[in-house]
Formats: sequence, C-alpha cells, structure tokens
Amino acid sequence: MISNIQFLKEKVLVQNTSAYNKDVEERLKFLRRENTQIPIIYIGKGTCGIIAGAIKSTEAIKEYLSAKQITAEIIEVGCIGLCIAEPIVDIQLPGMTRLSFKNMNSENIVHVLDGIFNNNILNDFVLGQYRKKGLQSWENIPFIDSLEFFSLQNRIVIENAGIINPESIEDYIVNNGYNAFVKTIYHYTSNDICKIIEKSELRGRGGSGFPTGKKWKIAHDTASDQRYIICNANESDPGSFLDRLLIESNPHKLIEGMAIAAYGVRTSKAYIYIRSSNKLGIRRFKIAIEQAKEYGLLGENIFDSGFNLDIIIKISPGAFVCGEETALISSIEGKRGMPKLRPPYPSERGLFGKPTVINNAETLCNIPSIINNGPNWFNSIGTNSSKGTKVFSLSGKIKNTGIIEVPMGISFNDIIYKIGSGVKNNKNLKIIQVGGPAGTSIVKDKLSITVDFDVLKENGAFLGSSGIIVMDEDSCIVDLTKYYLRFLSNESCGKCIPCREGIHRMYEILDNITKRPKDEKSHQTLERFKGVMQMESLAEIIKDTSLCGLGKTAANTFISSIKWFRGEYEEHIFDRECKSGVCKELRVFNIDFDKCTGCNACPKKCPVNAIIGTAKYPHFIIEEKCIGCGACFETCKFSAIFVK
Amino acid sequence: MVFDIEVNNKKIKARKGETILSALNRNGIKVPTLCFMEDLQPTGACRICVVEVEGREDLVPSCSQIVEEWMKIKTHSPRVIKARRTIVELLLSNHPDDCLYCERNGNCELQKLSIELNILERRIPGNKNVLKADRSSSSLIRDPKKCILCGRCVRVCEEIVGVTAIDFVKKGNECSIEPSFNRPINLSSCINCGQCIMVCPTGALYEKDHLPELLESLNNPDKHVVIQYSPTVSVTLAEEFNLKAGKDINGMLNSALRKIGFNKIFESSFSADINAIEVASELIERLKTGTNLPMFSSCCPSWVKYVEQTHPDLIPNLSRCKSPQQIMGTLIKNYYAKTNAINPEDIYSVSVMPCVAKKFEAQRDEMTSKGITDVDAVLTTRELAKLIRLYGIDILNIESELADNPLGTRSSAGKLYGVSGGVTESIIRSFISKLNEHEPVNYKITELRGVNKNRKEFKLKVSNIELGVAVVSDMINAEKLLIEIANGRNDIHFIEVMACPDGCINGGGQPIPAKKEDIKLRMKAIYDIDEKDSIKFSHKNPLVNEIYQNYFEKDKSNENLNSIYTNFNKRDILL
Repeated sequence: MISNIQFLKEKVLVQNTSAYNKDVEERLKFLRRENTQIPIIYIGKGTCGIIAGAIKSTEAIKEYLSAKQITAEIIEVGCIGLCIAEPIVDIQLPGMTRLSFKNMNSENIVHVLDGIFNNNILNDFVLGQYRKKGLQSWENIPFIDSLEFFSLQNRIVIENAGIINPESIEDYIVNNGYNAFVKTIYHYTSNDICKIIEKSELRGRGGSGFPTGKKWKIAHDTASDQRYIICNANESDPGSFLDRLLIESNPHKLIEGMAIAAYGVRTSKAYIYIRSSNKLGIRRFKIAIEQAKEYGLLGENIFDSGFNLDIIIKISPGAFVCGEETALISSIEGKRGMPKLRPPYPSERGLFGKPTVINNAETLCNIPSIINNGPNWFNSIGTNSSKGTKVFSLSGKIKNTGIIEVPMGISFNDIIYKIGSGVKNNKNLKIIQVGGPAGTSIVKDKLSITVDFDVLKENGAFLGSSGIIVMDEDSCIVDLTKYYLRFLSNESCGKCIPCREGIHRMYEILDNITKRPKDEKSHQTLERFKGVMQMESLAEIIKDTSLCGLGKTAANTFISSIKWFRGEYEEHIFDRECKSGVCKELRVFNIDFDKCTGCNACPKKCPVNAIIGTAKYPHFIIEEKCIGCGACFETCKFSAIFVK
Repeated sequence: MVFDIEVNNKKIKARKGETILSALNRNGIKVPTLCFMEDLQPTGACRICVVEVEGREDLVPSCSQIVEEWMKIKTHSPRVIKARRTIVELLLSNHPDDCLYCERNGNCELQKLSIELNILERRIPGNKNVLKADRSSSSLIRDPKKCILCGRCVRVCEEIVGVTAIDFVKKGNECSIEPSFNRPINLSSCINCGQCIMVCPTGALYEKDHLPELLESLNNPDKHVVIQYSPTVSVTLAEEFNLKAGKDINGMLNSALRKIGFNKIFESSFSADINAIEVASELIERLKTGTNLPMFSSCCPSWVKYVEQTHPDLIPNLSRCKSPQQIMGTLIKNYYAKTNAINPEDIYSVSVMPCVAKKFEAQRDEMTSKGITDVDAVLTTRELAKLIRLYGIDILNIESELADNPLGTRSSAGKLYGVSGGVTESIIRSFISKLNEHEPVNYKITELRGVNKNRKEFKLKVSNIELGVAVVSDMINAEKLLIEIANGRNDIHFIEVMACPDGCINGGGQPIPAKKEDIKLRMKAIYDIDEKDSIKFSHKNPLVNEIYQNYFEKDKSNENLNSIYTNFNKRDILL
C-alpha cells in the first residue's frame, strides 16, 4: 500500500478524482473517517474553545476513556462559529453520524460520554447531528444545518472550520482541498485566473470593496521583475475575530487561496501579515505551511509546473493602523507603520517599490471555491452589486455570539433575530455597531437594511470590519462613542494633524461631558460647552482632511450616533445625567427611605464619606459629595439604593 | 505640455505632471504648507495645503496631487479656510502659549500661519502634552512640547543628511519625535550638523545658547575677550537684518564687534589659510609614502564625528590638522597670548560660526591642553545677530573697519572655506605652489564650484604627482563615495566632506530660513570676494608667513606646530 502522502498527491490531487476508482474511493472514505471502527471524539479547540475550558474537557475525556478502557480517536478541531456553545465536543460512533454536544465542560462531558456509550443521549446538551450519506443518522435529533443558527447561513469561506483538523493537511485534501490550486496550475494561465475572478465579481472584503480580479489584473500587467502578494490578517478592531477563526480552524484554505492569487498575479513571494496576539493561529499556520511544503504544494517548481511560491509569515505588532495597506507595507518593510500618500497605489508600486496585491484573509478564502465551482456559481449568490457571502463576528448583547457567514442581501433583522436569536436577557435592542470602531451605528428601525456594499455605504457604513456589536437598551451611546474615539485616538499613527490631534480632542470633549468634577470652576464649565459646540465641525473637518482611512472614518460613529441620539447627548450635556447609568461619574444615588433598614453597611464602603445616618434609621446620601462610584449600590442587600 | 486649469473661477496655466501646489505657486497663488519640503517626495502629513477640487469628495492636499486638465480648484473657499483654520487651531490646542519667551518668536511658521488665518481665540480646548526638553547635546536643544510633528527634521536627517538620528515614536496623541530608544540625543548617532534646526518651523529645535556666558565675560574687566568669525558669517549676517542674501558686510561686522567691546577681532579665514598649507603638506607627505589614502578633510566636526562613530577604521585617513576654528583658538591662547604677554587663563576666546557642531567641537577633550580650552564659547550667526541687537548697534549704518593684527588678515583662499569645494580649492592652490615652487596662473577650479551637486570631482597632475580629489556634502553622498572606494576605486586621493549640503554657507547656525536662492547668492558672494581680493593663496598671506617664521619654524621642538594637530578616537553610540 502506498503512503498517504503519495496516495493523496498522485491519486487525489494530480488525477483530480476524475474517473471513478473503487480503491481510491474506499481509501478516501477511510481518510474521511466514514467507515471507522472505533468511536471518534472531536474537540473544538479554537481560542474560544480553549477559553471555555476545552483543555480540561480533553483531560476529562482521556481520563474517562482510560478508566472505562474504551479505545477512541481524539481529534482536535477549530471552531464552527458558535462560540457561545463552546466547548463543543462531537462524538462519532462507528456507522453513526457525528453528534455534536454543546457546553462540554469537564463535568458535563463525563455525563454525556457515560450516556452515549450506554445508549442514552442527554438531550439537554445535544446541539445536533451532521448530515452524512452512508452513515446512519440518530433518531429524534435535529440536523445541525436545520438549526436556525446554521440554516440561514451559506458557508463558503468558513466551510470546514470546526469540522476538520486544522493541523492535518490530509483532512483538508480529502475534503476537496488543494483541488482548486492543482487545477489552476495544470489548466489555467495567470490571465485566465484574473479573468475568472473578475467574472465572479468578487469584491475585496477589506472595506472599500474594490473588485479583486481587477486589482490582480493591474498588478499582473504592471511590468516588474518581482511582484508580491500580501494577505492582510491584521485584525485589530474590537469585536472582530474572523481572521482568527480562519487561520486557527482552516489554515490550508487560506494557503490555497494565497497560492492561487500568487499564481494569478505571477509572483513567487507571498506574505501573510498576522497579528502577534493570534498565537494559536500563527502556530497552526506555520504547521500548515510546513505540511504544504512536504506535499510539494509550496516551494520550488510546484507539481512540475515551473511555478514557485514561498509564503512568509510576518508578525504584526498589532497596531490598528497597520491594517491600512500603505502602513502595512511600511511595516513589512521594517519601517514604522505609517500610511503613505496614494497614488501610487500598491498594485502599481507597493512593497519594496514593486507591484503588490493586498487582499484580506476573507477575500482569499473565497478563491478556492470560485475556482472549483466556477465564477457563475459565485456570482449567482448575493445581490446585484455584491456577490457571494459575508462573514460577520457577532458579539455584544446577543444570544448567539460567534462567527457567521451569510449570503449578501440578507437583512440585519435576520442576522440579529434569527441567526443571533435576539438580544440577551430579552432586552430591547438599541443599536448595532457595524464596521468596527470606525463604522456606523444602525438603529433598531433601520435593521431592515441589507448586507450589501452599496446599501451600507448609503447608510454611512462599510464592510471593512467583520464585527457586528449588539447594544441593548442599557448601554449609553455617549460612553460607546467615547470608547471608540479613545480607541482610534490611541491607534492613530500620529502622522497627519487632523487625525492625531482632532480625534483626541473629540475624545476629551466627550470625556468632559461624562464627568462631573467636584468643584468645577466657571471657566471649566465654559470650556466644556465650548468643546461641545466644536464637536460637529471638528468631526466634519477630520473626515474631510485626514490622510488615510483611519482618520477619514474616525468620526463616523459620532456622526451616526448624534444623528439618532441627539437627545441622549443633550441629557449628558445639559441635564448632566446618564439615564442608563453607564457614565459612572454622572450617576447620583439615592436611598429609598422605605427600604433602608439602617444596617450601616454602605457608609463603611463609601470612599468619600457621602453617606450619613444613624444605625437602624434610614440613611441619606449627600449629593454634592457623591462621586457616583456605586460602591453603596453594590453593598446594599435591601435594594434600597437606586440611581436617580 | 501646458494646459489650462480653473482656479478660483479663473484660468491658469499648468504643466503636465506637476503638482497643484507648484502650478499655484507659479501663478502667484499662495497656499500655506508645513510639511512640504522642496526636492523631496511629499508626505502629505500636515494637511494645511488642502484645496477643494470639484468632483472630489474630500479636500485634496495640493502638495502631492498632480494637476489634471479637468480640474476646477478652489484654493480659498470657506470650506478650505475653515479646514486650514481648524488644523492650525488643533495644533495650537496642544502647543504651549509661550511665544514671547520662545527662541523663534517672530520667525515661527506656526505663528505666521495663525496670523494669516486670523486665529484670535483658543477655540478648541484640551489638555496639553507634558514633554521634557532634551538639553543633553552640546550643540542643540530639542523641545518636543513645541514640536508640531511636521516631520521635516526626521526627513532632513534621513533623506538629506543621511544619519537618521531621530524618528517618530509612540502612537496617536502621544506621538513625538525622539532619538533611538528614547534616550538623550547626545547618545544617539546625531552628528550635530543642525540641519534639523534649519527646517524646524517652530522653536522645537534650536542651538545651545552660549550668549549668557559670553555676556558675563564681556562685562568682566579681568577678562580679555577675543573673537574670531568664520568666513561665511560676513556674507550671511546681513540676512538677519532683513537685507538680501549675499551681501558682504565684513567691515561693518568688525566695527560692530569692536563697539560691543571685544578686545580683539580675528578672522577664522586666517587660520583657514594655515589649515590649507598644513593639509597640503600632509597630503604631499601621504602621497609620497602612500599611507592612509584617500585622505579626508577634517574641518567639519560633524563629519569627524560621523567617521568616529560609523567608520572608525577610516580615522587614520582623516587629516590630523585641527579645523580653522581650533587652530585660531590654539594660536590665540598660545602665540597671541605670548606675544602680547597676556595670561592665557585670562583670555576668553569666542568664535562665531555658521554651525552648531562647532559648539560640540570646541568642548571635545582633545581641544583642551594643559587645562586651557582652545575656544571658550561658540556663537552661531543667529546668536551673533542677537548680540548685535542686544547692544543696540545699527550695523547697517556704521563705518567699516578692519580686523585686528596679528591674526586678522586673510587670503581669499581662506575665505573659500565657507563653501563646499572651497576647502579643496584652497588646498590645491597651496599643493600646486608647494610642488612647483610657484603659483599657478589659473587659480580658479570651476569643477569644484556650484550648488546642489551630489559630488564634484577633479583631477590634476603636478610635477609627476597625480592627484584626484572629490568633494561631497552630506553623509548620503559621502557614503556612496565610500562604497565606491571600498569596491576598489583608487584614483581619488583627497576627499572633502561637509555635513551640510553646499557647505558652511548652508550651515545649521545660519539665518532661518535658508532658501535655495539664498544659498546661491551666499555662494556667489564668496566667489566674488575671491575674484576681487588681491591675495589668492594661503601662503601669500603676510601674517601667516610671519607666524611660520617666528613661531612654527623657530621652535626646534616642533611643539608649536604640533599644537595645531589633533587626534580622533572611536566613539560608541546607540544606533
């Protein structure tokens, strides 16, 4: 019997499984674990799984197996996207479909294992079963793809994430992996590839939505002795964790996408710019590169085609601005990550002065499927102006946090209320933040707008960041805007004046209105009002004059939030109150005389001695002294303290 | 190709490929700039030069946008003015309000912009960054709180001088410009050339002040205060008093210095003559023995520091002769003190230089012997102007006077030390005369003259000795030449290196701003003096000959001559 590597290379990749061959099919079935003799246990070990306790669960499983003397294969997989249900453990008994269990911490897992090996499935923990031909399905257990979280999704980019072993190239190849790349180098010229991508109407997922095929074509046609392709995986905005999932859970897909792109733009050098904090991703990506080299899928003269490719991992220090393409180029060149003037655009003169294509990780992960299924298949998905799917990271006050991939054209209503199954604790939704810190807020009434480059642009947002952050009625819009402005002010590179000074001033002005200095002088009050008066004009000018995308979009959150929530800003400014109680310094606590028992607990906790009262009699808070820290509120056992 | 574009509803002519800014400037429309630097690629950092282009969503920086035929531009529309105003106001919101106590009061670009844009109140409130000034360098002071981060100093240091001693550090509002590892600048690779001072729009960079010390000595009756001034000072000082560049006011300068109360006034051109003679003999000696070639000039202290820190292996190739400033210092404290029976300790020796690196040179360990420092204080041209103003001297309306003997005459060769290429020209004049034992008829070497040349080269043959010389200014060009030599080029025997582009006339101590046209005029003034002067050879300077006869040659131990030679040592820096 030939070795796996030989088998996969010769029988699967090169022959491209054209003619039906029983032996090949049988062996593939075995490698796909469709005819296994022993139980297989899959553990979700993405970062989210590990944080939720997957490591302890693994130990518990091993202990259980050795105690009961059961032989089973344990496979570590990535994340399927439903991060809230982690740690997720799948169990596949011989001949049966794969069964997925949620919230498998070290205690639950033992019960579940006990159950399944004794023909008793604990329904409370069941997520669902995977549909697989040739395997017997479980009765009375829903299929995973019929769950609401999955049924509305169309998973192309995150296709096998959380299902296959990210550290095994074999798993990837037997699941149709590297097919597209081998097809590319055997059957297409670089021009063909550019044309196919152009025809698929794939637009860059990095923000501006530039047609990917066109970008490749420009670099392809620019005369030069060297070109570069860079995969931008410097995901640094709060609430966005898509690149992390892509690299952690299915790194080979990204490598395949990069390899096809490199072939398309005729380059032998590709860089991937990964954020340094993505440690697990970097480790898995390194393993994946080594494996791909072993299979001859990277390196020199790939599959005797004369095409060479080297993928270099460049670890990003993690600055937000380094996601901007010219800053990213400077950073790879070893310089300070500061944006440069465009033109010249990187596709003409980029890294080390050579034509460079910079694509987002998500964009590149679309490529293999387009090559496999053809451009027409791809552009049949989505809307007129936006084809394909879009991946989002759902977070904030939403029930199902995680990564989802939806076809373009779906409404935010469906995303939030169907896939995300609504707001946590059944509260009312206030806004969703789309596009990261420099994105826009969409209010409840506007949730019917659809995911589409142009529709979002009309609404002041862009599809640059994958983050959708859900805020419920308890959140304070001023505090939120302040948070984003502080983030952007810290992340500004400091090159151009409006961005460096302007964003910081906007942050300071907002910070001032969410604070109540104890003995404010009259000129300080005046300064505060003066600042408020400047906010809108400042926002406009920062947008109008900044050098790069960071500055140009920095004021977006403010502009959109003041459009919908002017009243809330005014409350902070004139009434000096924050109704949601988030702005701590504006809170004024009061004691309900009827409820207060005079237990004397709160005066002891008050850091400024603002609470007076005799034991066993209701206490009183001196408003002028109170700093709104909330220590008394947290101490009171009788719910006698409330925010006015 | 020339075409029309519409600017402020009027048609103007623009050339294909030029930027909007250049088209506007040529047509008499002024757009303010801050980060813009002539001859360098625009960075678009300051956004002051934005204009409105019809059809473009955002305002466009005119310094980098190429003009196109369809363009309709508004340079001073309300939207543009509001944007510019806000940008300057944002800068001011983080700028200390101490204009009256600022080095650059009255000559500050930020001040000018604020006046131009009619900013009369602090509209944008905010906390100011607290940053400490770095006074560690013996040449310059960095005051980051006045820095507006236009990045001009960073660029001049990296792209023109080629040292990269400073760069941006930290992010966002905390961003500032600092030397490597955020350590004091005296530990960095800074070569003290002061080109950063010349481009700084505000008072964030300025020379280390030697005036207070000098004033104290001037007022001390026990001190014998002697001053020397560099060849270039007489042709650039006038600019400080609002005269056109290139006016030589040597006589008035002497008279002003005398009025201030300096006991003696000497010219560094005199010691430059000595330097030329000595370097010429040193060169002949080295050519004969074939050792330590090519020989490098050592009169630029920035270049000397650069060699010491970056190419310590080339230290033996430096000419061992002291620079004119230090030769003069040595002569004042020894020869002059002896002949006039003054205790050297009572002499306070001051020099006026177009340079801030000379302040560094004066305090080098090697420049003090037996407890006596060669030069006690170094003023820049700018500081001298301040002193003249302080003493209320109307320099433009006083009679001309001569400098003092015995160190006050000069040949025009000594004067040539002020321009890039001039040092070599003077040395070659002495070199030829020495070998041929008579002076050449054609004293002018046009190959070594002119501004904005990356490198000047010249070859000659005198009595069977072939000599190739090269002249470079700034470290980028020097580095290129060094690479050629490392790769085996051996037809160059003498190399003159100046840190500042075009030499001392564009030095870091000269009047600000030093525009390109000004540099040309300053250079022309020096060449005009060479044309007019009757003594054109260093060894024809009668007082120089006297010193050789009475001081250097009489001394059998050679101690006197050795005192104008020095040593250089390897220097460790933080790179």
